Amino acid sequence: MAFKKSVVAFSQTPEQEQKLMEVINKEKGHKGALMPILQQAQEIYGYLPIEVQTIIAEEMGISLEKVYGVVTFYAQFSLNPKGKYKISVCLGTACYVKGSGDVYNKLQELLNIKGGELTPDGKFSLEACRCIGACGLAPVMTINDDVYGRLTVDEVGDILAKYND
Amino acid sequence: MVNIKINGIEYSVEEGTTILEACRQNGIRIPTLCWLKDINAIGACRICVVEMSGARSLTAACVYPLSKFDEGKNILTHSPAVLESRKMTLQLLLSNHNMDCLACARSGNCELQALCKELGVDDSSYFEGAKNEFDIDTSSKHMYRDDNKCINCRRCVAACEKYQGIGVIGANERGFKTEISCAFGMDLANTACVSCGQCITACPTGALSEKDDTDKVWEALADPEKVVVVQTAPAVRASLGEAFGYPMGTHVEGKLAASLRRLGFNAVFDTDFGADLTIMEEANEFIDRVKNGGVLPMITSCSPGWIRYCEAYFPEFLPNLSSCKSPQQMAGAIIKTYWAKKNNIDPKNIVSVSVMPCTAKKFEIGREDQSAAGVPDVDISITTRELVKMINKAGLRFNDLPDEKFDSPLSEGSGAAIIFGATGGVMEAALRTAVWKLTGEAPDSPVEFNEVRGVEGIKFAEYNVGGTAVKVAVVSGLANAKKLLTQVKNGEVDVQFIEVMACPGGCVNGGGQVIQPAEVRNFVDIRAERAKALYSLDSARAVRKSHESPDIKEVYENFLGEPGSHIAHEVLHTSYKPSSLSK
Repeated sequence: MAFKKSVVAFSQTPEQEQKLMEVINKEKGHKGALMPILQQAQEIYGYLPIEVQTIIAEEMGISLEKVYGVVTFYAQFSLNPKGKYKISVCLGTACYVKGSGDVYNKLQELLNIKGGELTPDGKFSLEACRCIGACGLAPVMTINDDVYGRLTVDEVGDILAKYND
Repeated sequence: MVNIKINGIEYSVEEGTTILEACRQNGIRIPTLCWLKDINAIGACRICVVEMSGARSLTAACVYPLSKFDEGKNILTHSPAVLESRKMTLQLLLSNHNMDCLACARSGNCELQALCKELGVDDSSYFEGAKNEFDIDTSSKHMYRDDNKCINCRRCVAACEKYQGIGVIGANERGFKTEISCAFGMDLANTACVSCGQCITACPTGALSEKDDTDKVWEALADPEKVVVVQTAPAVRASLGEAFGYPMGTHVEGKLAASLRRLGFNAVFDTDFGADLTIMEEANEFIDRVKNGGVLPMITSCSPGWIRYCEAYFPEFLPNLSSCKSPQQMAGAIIKTYWAKKNNIDPKNIVSVSVMPCTAKKFEIGREDQSAAGVPDVDISITTRELVKMINKAGLRFNDLPDEKFDSPLSEGSGAAIIFGATGGVMEAALRTAVWKLTGEAPDSPVEFNEVRGVEGIKFAEYNVGGTAVKVAVVSGLANAKKLLTQVKNGEVDVQFIEVMACPGGCVNGGGQVIQPAEVRNFVDIRAERAKALYSLDSARAVRKSHESPDIKEVYENFLGEPGSHIAHEVLHTSYKPSSLSK
């Protein structure tokens, strides 16, 4: 089986840990507490690695698998941190019809990661998103705040090369 | 009461009865896949759908409780629309199933296969499209998980969570990508799975199966250099017959011994002997702890699933665990020490096989501190199901076999040993000997302790033994163990002796037993039926207390000395340590 642990080593500040414990202690005991805890934990850490999920499971007295099942069910939760450059490819209807699926596949191939993952050097993270309101430019992707429209698969390599620092 | 019509005929059923149960009560079977009574009523698989007057769409019969609002409604259980829907559901399931039926462990005993046959789903590629390809998890000692045969019914998940309170498997990802797996795609072997196998017996298909170790047994049997011996646990005889058409609750002790002999084992022993030994040592240990201020409550250690659970989830109770090896390991240890010496056989030349109702035994044989003769006490452990395979492969007509006895001296156990296979059995067996010892060894000391019998998950009893009150508790199913241990920890329960069996109802319902489909499990209490077989054997035994068994007396006289002796400790006792596997 493929162990899906994040490629980036986990570290946390004492403030983060303290904040997480505060959130858990505030929410735990309420019915349906897991979702708000996960949402706030992701706000604190930016993602939900095994270390964070383990703390949540232990504190709530539920299995790690229970936590992981919820995390992987919802697209809003991420198992990996965002990269220095966060690539979002729009897979909304208009972009998809115009070929953004191919762009997305090309990026996975070039970066050698899957959607939702991060390159081992922490530079690029890749994710799919839904409509960003630029359908006239379809297919569209964003890298941090830069928007790239009317994309073709052949351009993708050159665009990535611009982010060479 | 609610008056309804089923297929046009009027019936009156109690309010709150589900459509499925109402139909069943009136002689109509509605097929199911995901429903498992008490633990998995999620209406997910849509196989049990029925047509109901007034309803917009088809209704899942397993989760629809009838109420006064349903008065007068007509339910169609097998209308063309219903049958068409069930058929399409099956076709869609097959579209993402690897259909590797020929070599599948569950072929012939697969609920999916049976339904396809029943509903005439013969075109397996009706819906062509993407198929998931999942890695097969072979990491653990006792089982494999092949999600390519999984139908996402979640019965295994429910068994792990609800029966056992563990939950190391669950549904991950969503939609088409959904997979029943461990957190972060971890190998099962890296989780705190206790190897109980309850997920296997809950699985409707071949997605979950025990690791088949029969080839190792065949290989040993074919090796003229090896002395191949076998022992078989009490609970095996209570379920084996089901595979050969005997009604549930029939014991097949005689034919079991006969079949093992005909498979070619050099000696055919009964684990009952190990169970009697366990009682000798455990009763002695209990009395010693009570008299000398040892750690109480003492907790039984026969169930390897429970041991793994305690090590991972309640390590603070490890000092409470009896240091006694399980009956399998005790019998194995005596075979390779006493029996080997007596028969002048080098223990290294013995291949010791056990037939168990249990998958956790496959893990237990590899544990540390289980090698009395310097080699593992038991070499290969197979389940009841694997024995069925061997019997069939060898061409034995099981039902035509004569009734035979096990080989002496490690043979016929006492009645106390026989009931080890049912929840409360170990406690009752221990009480038979402990009470006898504590009350001046009177031959007419009590035999039956009915308060600890029965399938309830948690039982308490109190006995006045020679003027002292002995308080005991019996639990089966690890979710119940969790409840009880939490109460003990919080000081809410005060007992001196606890019996824990990992599987609900005890070994008769073990993860290695003959698999009964949900259709049987949902309407028959297999725990109670199989336990009956053991209690009837017990009451028919001439010797019903472990300390009265002639074989036990012989081994203590000639080898062990007395219970708790130095040599008994070396051969029959073991140790435990906390585990840090992922929970």
